[in-house]
Amino acid sequence: MSPNDPAPDAIVAVRGLSKTYKSGFQALKRVDLDIHRGEIFALLGPNGAGKTTLISIICGIVNGSEGTVTVDGHDIVRDARVARGLIGLVPQELSTDAFESVWATVRFSRGLFGKAPNPVHLERILRELSLWEKRDAKIMTLSGGMKRRVLIAKALAHEPRVLFLDEPTAGVDVELRHDMWQMVRRLRDAGVTIILTTHYIEEAEEMADRIGVIDRGELVIVEDKHTLMRKLGKKQLSLQLQSPLATVPAELAHWPLELSADGQTLTYTFDTQGDDTGIADLLRQLGGMGIDFKDLHSSESSLEEIFVSLLRNGA
Amino acid sequence: MNLHAIRAIYRFEMARTGRTLMQSIASPVLSTSLYFVVFGAAIGSRMGQIGGVSYGAFIIPGLIMLSLLNESVSNASFGIYMPKWAGTIYELLSAPVTFVEVVIGYVGAAATKSVILGLLILATARLFVPYQIMHPFWMVGFLVLTAVTFSLFGFIIGLWADDFQKLQVIPLMVITPLTFLGGSFYSIAMLPPVWQKITLFNPVVYLVNGFRWSFYGQADVDVVLSASATLGFLLVCIGAVWWIFRTGWKLKA
Repeated sequence: MSPNDPAPDAIVAVRGLSKTYKSGFQALKRVDLDIHRGEIFALLGPNGAGKTTLISIICGIVNGSEGTVTVDGHDIVRDARVARGLIGLVPQELSTDAFESVWATVRFSRGLFGKAPNPVHLERILRELSLWEKRDAKIMTLSGGMKRRVLIAKALAHEPRVLFLDEPTAGVDVELRHDMWQMVRRLRDAGVTIILTTHYIEEAEEMADRIGVIDRGELVIVEDKHTLMRKLGKKQLSLQLQSPLATVPAELAHWPLELSADGQTLTYTFDTQGDDTGIADLLRQLGGMGIDFKDLHSSESSLEEIFVSLLRNGA
Repeated sequence: MNLHAIRAIYRFEMARTGRTLMQSIASPVLSTSLYFVVFGAAIGSRMGQIGGVSYGAFIIPGLIMLSLLNESVSNASFGIYMPKWAGTIYELLSAPVTFVEVVIGYVGAAATKSVILGLLILATARLFVPYQIMHPFWMVGFLVLTAVTFSLFGFIIGLWADDFQKLQVIPLMVITPLTFLGGSFYSIAMLPPVWQKITLFNPVVYLVNGFRWSFYGQADVDVVLSASATLGFLLVCIGAVWWIFRTGWKLKA
């Protein structure tokens, strides 16, 4: 198998995808990416990193400059009709009709994607998104959170196998965000592959099976969430000293220690992967040297810290 | 062929018409009635016949064309401009539809609406002046052909326009003057010789005269020429729309 072949379980395979806009701005630089069937994949990146461009090309809204994309083996250009029928897209902007009813707009979406009418399916979606009571309401009378759910209902109307959620929880209150996360998990359980972009790291940490980080048009890393956190995450042990130190004593020089400016806190950074963290040895040695501490706590780096350090190293 | 998509678009557009019934049907019918009152009854009674047809009856085909052109262009341009303006175009662009299906849906709905409107005006005219239709088959043919052609033209304007002003400028600055100068209210034989020549460059002359021929069996230009010119314009519009969808012009980055 050459590296260009998609992984056997890939439902979306992106190969050498580049995009240069007319302005000369290069939004994507030879991106390769496989999305596994049935996973929740989170695409992280700062604003303008290329997240939306990548999604827009896969969904057919923007033309790629170079490279190919297949969805379940169907090329998105040559075999567009089949490929597009498999995809549902929830855009970032709250772009909805104003005067249509919720029901009419969802029914429209299903038809547009070539599916025969199925009121039972549409009712199930609307109920699941708590929109059933609002089915006859004009969309313009709905709140922002409800409009967001209308967009999700539209994207699900034709029973897609792959769902793209572009910043699904931007500007959404906490409660609705948790509802949405639950809904995404239910969809995944029903076999739908989900790709979401977000700049809420918390969201990726909560939801994703795998994480891709994109920065300035390049995929910096694609990794299983737990592996990523284990590989790149660090643990730290902070010791509040009884009496301040002027410098780290020479006997401790071989430990990766840092002393705070006021000399009150000693911080030990260690690898989360090793079995032997070295904590016991360090504490024994400190005791032997008569350095007492009044408090200690250990902390693990969050995905956010990993994310920030990845982007900083890339710079 | 994604028939479900065509049906969905068509139905969506017709529903929009249903919501704006006053604006889209009642207002053109009313304004055309005013033309009949003023030109047909008040002024027309003092004018002689044109080619054996009373002036009131003479202007009926032209008046229907006037509304047909304006409404076809504005319906179709608005229909495709709104999703662009509201951002809902993303759905159309990501859907498994070809340009043929999109055009049939949008242009079909706009043309349907125009044809209904044309027939309503025709019925309204009955209240003011007696008229006859010598070639009903051709009359309907010209009505449908013109509605489809100018709905396509409007669709192109809607794709091209990136603000509301551009949306209005072609109907206002091009369509309306061409219709008024296209022999809707007069026979081109009434014009000075030079203008008789110049006016033949106005495509609306062929539409109005073809349509008038189907009513009264006589016109300033030959009916075959009229039908050919209309068909030619239809083909140009189809070509333009095909090119737009193929290249993604104004639609895709």
